[in-house]
Amino acid sequence: MTEPILQVDGLRKEFGELIAVDDVTVRVREGGSLAIVGESGSGKTTVAKMIVGLEVPTAGSIRACGSDRSTPARSTAERRRRGREVQIVFQDPYTSLDPRQTVERALDEVLRLHQGWDAPRRRSRVLELGELVGLDARQIRALPRALSGGQRQRVAIARALAAEPRVLILDESVAALDVSIQAQVLNLLADIRDETGISYVLISHDLAVVRQLTEETIVMWRGRVVERGPTAQVLDDPQDDYTKRLRASVPRPGWKPTRRALAGVGEEMDP
Amino acid sequence: MSEGPASAALLEVEDLVVDLPVEGEMRRVLHEVSLSIRAGEAVGLVGESGSGKSMTARAIDRLLPPGAAVGGAIRFDGGNVTALSGAQLRRFRGEVAMIFQDPRAHINPVRRIGDYMTEALRTNRDVPNAEAEDRAVDLLESVGIEDGGRRLRQYPHELSGGLLQRVMIATALLTQPRLLLADEPTTAVDVTTQAEVMAILDDLRREFRLAMLFITHNLELAAAVCDRTAVMYAGQVVEVRASSLLHDDPLHPYTAALAAARPDISATKDRLASIPGRPLSAFEAPSDACAFAPRCTHVRDACRQQRPPLIELDRGLTRCLRADELRGHMGPETA
Repeated sequence: MTEPILQVDGLRKEFGELIAVDDVTVRVREGGSLAIVGESGSGKTTVAKMIVGLEVPTAGSIRACGSDRSTPARSTAERRRRGREVQIVFQDPYTSLDPRQTVERALDEVLRLHQGWDAPRRRSRVLELGELVGLDARQIRALPRALSGGQRQRVAIARALAAEPRVLILDESVAALDVSIQAQVLNLLADIRDETGISYVLISHDLAVVRQLTEETIVMWRGRVVERGPTAQVLDDPQDDYTKRLRASVPRPGWKPTRRALAGVGEEMDP
Repeated sequence: MSEGPASAALLEVEDLVVDLPVEGEMRRVLHEVSLSIRAGEAVGLVGESGSGKSMTARAIDRLLPPGAAVGGAIRFDGGNVTALSGAQLRRFRGEVAMIFQDPRAHINPVRRIGDYMTEALRTNRDVPNAEAEDRAVDLLESVGIEDGGRRLRQYPHELSGGLLQRVMIATALLTQPRLLLADEPTTAVDVTTQAEVMAILDDLRREFRLAMLFITHNLELAAAVCDRTAVMYAGQVVEVRASSLLHDDPLHPYTAALAAARPDISATKDRLASIPGRPLSAFEAPSDACAFAPRCTHVRDACRQQRPPLIELDRGLTRCLRADELRGHMGPETA
């Protein structure tokens, strides 16, 4: 059996007294997709940030594409290689795009940095990437503020794909999209996986999106993994109390939300 | 209060048209929006970004930006809302309260929770401070906050988003409104917290016989908690339907397409039926064609020759010319 494309073992992150992530272990195979489910404060975004190197783990190890990335990169070359291998798209595309940079320039910059191609080759790839995520030539030349939220999110995805990563982390990146655009983006992600063998780590509270895109799921609660398994099994037959409550909170016909079962939820942040 | 069939409606919006000044010209953001809410009824208002759902709520509560031009009629309890001013307008806002998606954007960060909660009672209703605070503590308890007395002395930054959301709901109810305009109150919160907020709203609606206009982009949520659901597209109401029928027997192809485009929590779909193109903004909507026509798989020439009127069908309303013949196979046609 080949080595997983992403391998995280005993990952831990402390912020002062707070243990944000506690003993998280995950594996993602090449071409596979993992969902990380949990509410705000459960540590799921911190896990993602450690995988891409935006946070340094307190303990544990991270291996991606065959090399260790548990500690900060020691050289620019290594940092770039890590960046090329694992990309991330955040929830809010507006804050992650440079407001003074056109879409074209943002994509070109990634190609120059990571691929080292000449200008004509970069230009044709920019158009290809635009087409891939459904942006037309006019939108490619626009500044972020001239684009809708859905279009900006697609720009962020195109920019991540420009590096041709082996792993793409989607941190609530499709949840904020309007339904009709969300369907386009989910289909697009499935196509790209079929074509390139890319692996996804999807961080989402939208369990229907999780079902659509991933095959494995871990559920996090207060920094720990409380349940893991094939996505279909976790959603259809949840075992952990929190997973059960999460599943019961999804609106459906005849849904009767209850207060008692949910008392205390969302209050752990209070002084 | 007027008599006859119209008296059944607490709120009536008829052919509401709103134009807003944008870069020196007037742009139409609502096109002939019509909807009604009965006393105690919950109506969902669903649509994608820019469809006009929040604008509709703002127009109802007279919270449009300066320079807005409003046409059509808004009646609350038989009275003309668009003509209200001064003390009458303040009284109206006590009867029609609004809650928002992001409480932090609407609660003054440098004032104590107690000040924020009791302001309307003290200034508009001349309720003494101590009594206003007692009522605030009672309502905090109804939304599941037990230590209300302590909370009144805290500042907004000392409370979590979920708690502030409940404070905002309690505050909206202090003036004993008869209609609550809820603008995406659960969009920014976790799914489990959403369930709790919805349960609280449900309880309060029963307790106070409160009507609600529930604005959301989430068709499943609206259908699950509202009696009827109105669907908006490009500044127009395109369908109004009993929520129980919305999913299985929609009256407009856009509603059917929205439902088909959503992933399903109980099964992985081979491919999602995405709606081609992008949602149209209200100001882009043609006056002489169906706004959804360019994206509709059921489009005919007639759809491009007039804006379909909002007509009655099977106790619902639809803006689709072909609604009657398409019923039962309203979903997107697959190649």
